[in-house]
Amino acid sequence: MSMKSGSLGRYIAMRVALAIPMIFVLLTLVFVMLRVAPGDPISASSGGAKMSQEKIDELRAAAGYDRPLIVQYGDYLADVVRFDFGTSVSTNQQVSDVILEKGGATVTLATGGLVFALLLGIPVGLLAGRFRDSAFDVFARLFGIITYAAPVFVVGLLAQQLFATKLGWFPLEGETDPLIANDIPATTHILILDAIWVNDWEVVWNVLWHLILPAATLGLLIVGVFIRMVRVNLIQTLRGDYVEAARARGIRERDVVVKHGFRNALVPVITVIGLQVALLLGGSVLTEKTFNWPGLGKQLIEFLNSRDYVAVQGLVTFIALVVVVISMLIDIINALIDPRVRY
Amino acid sequence: MANLPTELVAPTGPAGTAAPKRAGRGRLRRTFAPILEAHGLARFMLWTGIAITGFFVVIAVFAPWIAPYGYDAYESGGERFPKQESPGGDHLFGTTVQNFDVLSRVVWGARTALEVMVLAVVFSLFIGVLLGLLSGYFGGWLDRILVLVMDTLFAFPYLLLAIVAAFMFSDVPGGGIVTAALAITVVYIPQYFRVVRASTLSAREATYVEAARAMGAKPRTIIGRYVFSNVIQSVPVITTLNAADAIATLAGLGFLGFGIQPTEAAEWGYDLQRAIPDLGADMWWTATFPGVAIVLAILGFTLVGEGLNDVLNPSMRKRRIRTVVIPPIAKPRQVVTVAAMPAAVPAQGEAPAVEQTEDPATPGASETGDAPASATGEPQEEGK
Amino acid sequence: MTTANGTDSTTRTGSGTSRDTTAPVLAARDLRVWYGSERGPVAAVDGVTFDVRPGETLGLVGESGCGKSTLGRGVLGLLPPGAAVDGEVRFAGKNLVDLSARQLQQLRGPELGLIFQEPMTRLNPLMRVSEHFEEALRTHNGDLTKDEIRTRALDALRGMGIPASRYESFPHEFSGGMRQRIMIALALVLRPAFVVADEPTTALDVLVEAQIIQILADLRRNFDTALVLITHNLGIVAEACDRVAVMYAGHIVEQGDAREVFANPQHPYTQALMRSTISLSTTGLHYIPGSPPDLAHPPAGCRFHPRCPKAMKVCAQEAPPEVLLPNGTRNTCWLPVPDMTTADGRRPLEVEEISVADEA
Ligand SMILES: Nc1ncnc2c1ncn2[C@@H]1O[C@H](COP(=O)(O)OP(=O)(O)OP(=O)(O)O)[C@@H](O)[C@H]1O
Ligand code: SF4
Ligand SMILES: [Mg+2]
Repeated sequence: MSMKSGSLGRYIAMRVALAIPMIFVLLTLVFVMLRVAPGDPISASSGGAKMSQEKIDELRAAAGYDRPLIVQYGDYLADVVRFDFGTSVSTNQQVSDVILEKGGATVTLATGGLVFALLLGIPVGLLAGRFRDSAFDVFARLFGIITYAAPVFVVGLLAQQLFATKLGWFPLEGETDPLIANDIPATTHILILDAIWVNDWEVVWNVLWHLILPAATLGLLIVGVFIRMVRVNLIQTLRGDYVEAARARGIRERDVVVKHGFRNALVPVITVIGLQVALLLGGSVLTEKTFNWPGLGKQLIEFLNSRDYVAVQGLVTFIALVVVVISMLIDIINALIDPRVRY
Repeated sequence: MANLPTELVAPTGPAGTAAPKRAGRGRLRRTFAPILEAHGLARFMLWTGIAITGFFVVIAVFAPWIAPYGYDAYESGGERFPKQESPGGDHLFGTTVQNFDVLSRVVWGARTALEVMVLAVVFSLFIGVLLGLLSGYFGGWLDRILVLVMDTLFAFPYLLLAIVAAFMFSDVPGGGIVTAALAITVVYIPQYFRVVRASTLSAREATYVEAARAMGAKPRTIIGRYVFSNVIQSVPVITTLNAADAIATLAGLGFLGFGIQPTEAAEWGYDLQRAIPDLGADMWWTATFPGVAIVLAILGFTLVGEGLNDVLNPSMRKRRIRTVVIPPIAKPRQVVTVAAMPAAVPAQGEAPAVEQTEDPATPGASETGDAPASATGEPQEEGK
Repeated sequence: MTTANGTDSTTRTGSGTSRDTTAPVLAARDLRVWYGSERGPVAAVDGVTFDVRPGETLGLVGESGCGKSTLGRGVLGLLPPGAAVDGEVRFAGKNLVDLSARQLQQLRGPELGLIFQEPMTRLNPLMRVSEHFEEALRTHNGDLTKDEIRTRALDALRGMGIPASRYESFPHEFSGGMRQRIMIALALVLRPAFVVADEPTTALDVLVEAQIIQILADLRRNFDTALVLITHNLGIVAEACDRVAVMYAGHIVEQGDAREVFANPQHPYTQALMRSTISLSTTGLHYIPGSPPDLAHPPAGCRFHPRCPKAMKVCAQEAPPEVLLPNGTRNTCWLPVPDMTTADGRRPLEVEEISVADEA
């Protein structure tokens, strides 16, 4: 066992080291895209309002935009290292405060979407692979393709019309009923966890009830990827040598399929979850907009609309970091589960 | 949706391109022959997809003749269109709150989507292939940096990337269409880059490229042929799936309000977003028609891409299990017992058989593997 | 499992000395195993008849693609979808060909075993060695306690030279030879009466090969297991097999006592096969000219006739009978039975295909 943990430690160290250049590239890209882009953060943020040139220059100098780009770049990197994502020009809030305040709702939504996609995608993919080329398999593949093809906002609007407006089963939008959660203290900044923390189950159920439609909408975006992945893996696994060997030992077909087929086919799903994080985050912008979900995506759109360069840059930087860190974590979890990865 | 299917055709090795001399047309025919032979679900997807896509393209190309009015027309012959009228009469799909004719907006929207899609695919194909070739051909630090940048771009949420890009390009001359196309381009470059770089790299290492180089042929020509014949298999799949994603991304940008302005062109995502309040007032038509148009256009391209992928990727094709039925035995097995060991029958051109000595208990026959060699006593062998 | 107990008393009573008179453990009659393919039915095994007695090892040799693996798998009912089996495989009073998939599954393991060629990929990478044993023993002996399982598994592993300390290891922590020994232990822990070993040493180096062959030899001595050993290595057959069956294009063309067949090969294919193997170390390179036929469209008559140096006219027209020779070997060829053919039929076959043979 000691040998194993040693190689695991080495693997983790290597994986962390690998993330650093990736973060650096991302930060550089974000900076280049937003700072070198035409337009000027200060005059842009002022919107249509007339400002005197002196006033603009004064603000620019105050924000440091009159310095050479390379200096600004250095500053930017130094700020990021200190988790300082800047101060919004439009709302005057620290971007890190905004992230803390709105991030929880996005985490809730993305997790809900992921759980929905896994709960639906894994069984459907397994059944489709097990009964390859059956009517169910054909149906499952078409379902995966259509849900993958249908844009989030179309699915979301449909779900709203059907399940909220027509049937009234779920609320139309938002994370909770108005005002209901106002007195929940922010411990984790994830509302549903905070409510559990103070044992306010009414709020917990209320959030879950609000979550179902947006989470399903977001989940449908990625469920096709899981169906496809699980199906292909299972088909390949069931063709594998050790599956045949298990049959040769007279293992019951059900055990062969479940213990050798399903289990081994599901290991790569962990990796695929990592790849879906980008899709989930992108999709959550549209979902949040559709369902008026008070998360980072909706906030980002508001910042963009007020042409708040600084806040946009801060948010995008943060999301970039999240993507890299999650993909790193997924790889490490994968190494913990599959003994072969570390070698 | 920038993720490619996991079973995407991998570039084939040199085996698939053993005859680099053959002209591109033969190669094309070989690559696309499976399309005609496709069966089952792949066939259904391909042909449904082609039908939908064809319909979309026809509408887009002939929009000026098909659409009853202009995309920004709110009046005809000096007579203002009614506001939010339900479908029927002069306005088959009804009208919007801005007095636009929904049918015209949907038809013109197809044109916008096609323009953006074509521009985006061409841009990203061009840039992606170029960078992929450079990276794979020159290698070294250029390759390392490009790979890192492309991997990073690939891992980044595609819609955010497109939003940021749209934001960044919003002052580019040429209007919203080019802006939207450029924004979408950024998302797809890494995919072409990966495929082209991989096959360029393997081309550099292919032995026959070495051989051709040794004989004085220009390596660039050979690598070009090699890469082309590899890439031609996977690029159609990527391109159709990217076309689908381009339409989805354009509509997404429009839905968020970062796409094309309504005065520039008709755009489905924007129209859908504007129609949301109507839904609460039971005016279903303003949202339904653009919504259906978006889904159909994306679905058409996706089905073509998925069908192609299925067809070009043999391992995942539908199996045809051919069950054999063993016929009854025609002639029952004949067992004959002979009383004496046969004398070796002379084979043509060989010496008559030497009388065989029976010695089954040849010493050592069961000890070593070579024993039977000395013990065969095969007359013909000795005759040689 | 009920069948398992029934077998023990009926088939394993014979001792090594009276082998020929003991009832066979497994007796195949006119066994045919065909695959479905795009090119039509593939007659990979096309009417083979053989017996295997307790404690006996039958070597199965022949060129690549002649149907050896298909034969082994067909007996155990491990075939891809679309394949069909016909004929009779008598085992413990039952015809395996008629059994349901479920009945066959219950026999595989405790009664019928199969050892594969590639040990590297045959163990589930996510399961410890112990879990493999637990799974196999639990499936077939549901009432074993965890301790009993452990004891039996460790016994089997020790017999193969795998120390108990490795019981909880994962497959990737073992070398190829060790994995093959684990595979054998896994097959033997259930004490099957009949085992097919399909090229068990082809993927391994020579030293390990000798080890594994020794293990298999011990096995039949100690447990009276009947073994079908598929191999390309005639040396192994000579060393480790009691009897040998030579396959060509889905047929067994010659079978009999291993020493007898090696000492005095009767069938032209056996002769060619032995010459091609042996000459490697003696008089230069010999090979059998031509290539084995496409089993979807096998040649008429004797399947070897396009390559047979002694082919006669009759060979191209009619399938030869199986001839039981006085030395106990069976030989499927027209040569030993000249009386059954006409004088014209015995004339040498002069077809272009044969001219290739002369180049040898
Ligand atoms: N699934 C299949 N479908 C169709 N034909 C098959 C299938 N599997 C094997 N065959 C054909 O059946 C014949 C016998 O194959 P088999 O694997 O039994 O040969 P073998 O004697 O074991 O060869 P080797 O020595 O190479 O292992 C071959 O001609 C092969 O092409
Ligand atoms: S039957 Fe004829 S062709 Fe076949 S092995 Fe005998 S002699 Fe050769
Ligand atoms: Mg084989």
